[in-house]
Amino acid sequence: MARTTKKSTTRQHGPTVRAKPAPRRQSRRVLVLVATRKGAWLFHGDTKRSTWRVDGPHFLGHIVNHLVLDPRDGRTLLAAAKTGHLGPTVFRSTDFGRTWKEAARPPAFAKAPDGPDTKLPGRVVNHTFWLTPCHANEPKAWYAGTSPQGLFRSDDGGDTWEPFSIVNDDPQFRAWMGSEQDGTPDGPKLHSIIVDPRDSAHLYLAMSGGGVHESFDRGRSFAPLVKGMEVVEGFDAANIAFHDPHCVQLCPSNPDRLYQQNHCGIYRLDRPSKEWTRIGKHMPKRVGDIGFPMVVHPRDADTAWVFPMDGTTVWPRTSPEGRPSAYVTRNGGKSWQRLDSGLPRSQAWWTVKRQAMTADAQDPVGLYFGTTSGELWMSRDEGHRWACIARYLPEIYAVEAAEMR
Amino acid sequence: MKVLIPGPLLSYTNEREVEATGATLSELLDDLDRQYPGLRFRVIDEQDTMRAHMRFFVNGEQVFDMTRSLRPTDAVQIVQALSGG
Repeated sequence: MARTTKKSTTRQHGPTVRAKPAPRRQSRRVLVLVATRKGAWLFHGDTKRSTWRVDGPHFLGHIVNHLVLDPRDGRTLLAAAKTGHLGPTVFRSTDFGRTWKEAARPPAFAKAPDGPDTKLPGRVVNHTFWLTPCHANEPKAWYAGTSPQGLFRSDDGGDTWEPFSIVNDDPQFRAWMGSEQDGTPDGPKLHSIIVDPRDSAHLYLAMSGGGVHESFDRGRSFAPLVKGMEVVEGFDAANIAFHDPHCVQLCPSNPDRLYQQNHCGIYRLDRPSKEWTRIGKHMPKRVGDIGFPMVVHPRDADTAWVFPMDGTTVWPRTSPEGRPSAYVTRNGGKSWQRLDSGLPRSQAWWTVKRQAMTADAQDPVGLYFGTTSGELWMSRDEGHRWACIARYLPEIYAVEAAEMR
Repeated sequence: MKVLIPGPLLSYTNEREVEATGATLSELLDDLDRQYPGLRFRVIDEQDTMRAHMRFFVNGEQVFDMTRSLRPTDAVQIVQALSGG
């Protein structure tokens, strides 16, 4: 197994080299991409983000797990879709959804070799869960994460996909992934595929069953990055299989800083350290630090947002006490403030899934989240005041904010 | 031979009944995929097994074997057994 090479373990980060912070931008129109259990919707904002034109449904009846606009060309949309019965596929549009074309070869695992010596059974992609555009210097390349957990890459703008790296069929990785029964109720997911903006060969990924991993060689090898992360009480944190990251985000203004919302808390990692710090211990005790999404500020690496859920007893996975709220840290996790102005004060039992909360790059930053009860909320002022911009949608799986050129 | 297409696949064929050829069920699906790109993977997975809830009938008889031989006079039905909400 080639998970770790000497080169990868000895790579020096050296002095902290921070990417040039993104310049504050003129107001552009924001496009909010909403993927749901029954289709996809596009919400076109005005320049003030105060009114929204709805476009949809697209793929009505399809389970759409992720809808992403390519920031490199500003016009290519990829949608990861399936139905309850038809197999998974990827659709592509270059005209903001007026027309869609299906991928010629969607993500699919390698066919299992025949014969009694086969150690690893063949697997079947149930759905593509996560889409990540590659580095800016790889303009047509994308990564995809699937359930069951697999990593795929396209080099032609999402038309054809191939299994990528050692992850899918490496015996050690397969052991860490466990079976489909070891994952989330609708299948374990490979997610949070992150490309270092300074180095296209430096990748991170997370598995809902199997931890966080890092590659310095464009996926030829991956090494676990789980030190400091906790696991469910009574289990051994040294066993990678027990780690359940929910969402990992890299700070655009400081690519050496990552934040993570995990099944067991909120964490921060400052490279070159390999040890996560549980910053969720500073959250209010009655709320806790369990949740799905993690959102980072586009220009301030000390600012991040979470949306807690109830992770007590049988794990209701609703808003704690039926009172939903985002929380923000402005100091890298040393303290957190509740942000619930405009949100329901009681009896609101929805939650926000791991891909369903995001930020735009405007100033002040706009925040957006979609709920399991089909509501789309946004804040124009970094979470101080929330407004609902759509109701009665299907269960929302993913929300992305893109800026129109 | 005639192949009856289920509603969820009409976005590929635009017709409820189409013509396709093949000496086996697998070859028939290959021909359908040549005519209607992408169709095969929606009903047959990458391990060459039928997806859950997708069912195949030959002359009214349900078949489970992708190597099942076919004759040009056979009639094939692809059926989606709808379930869930």
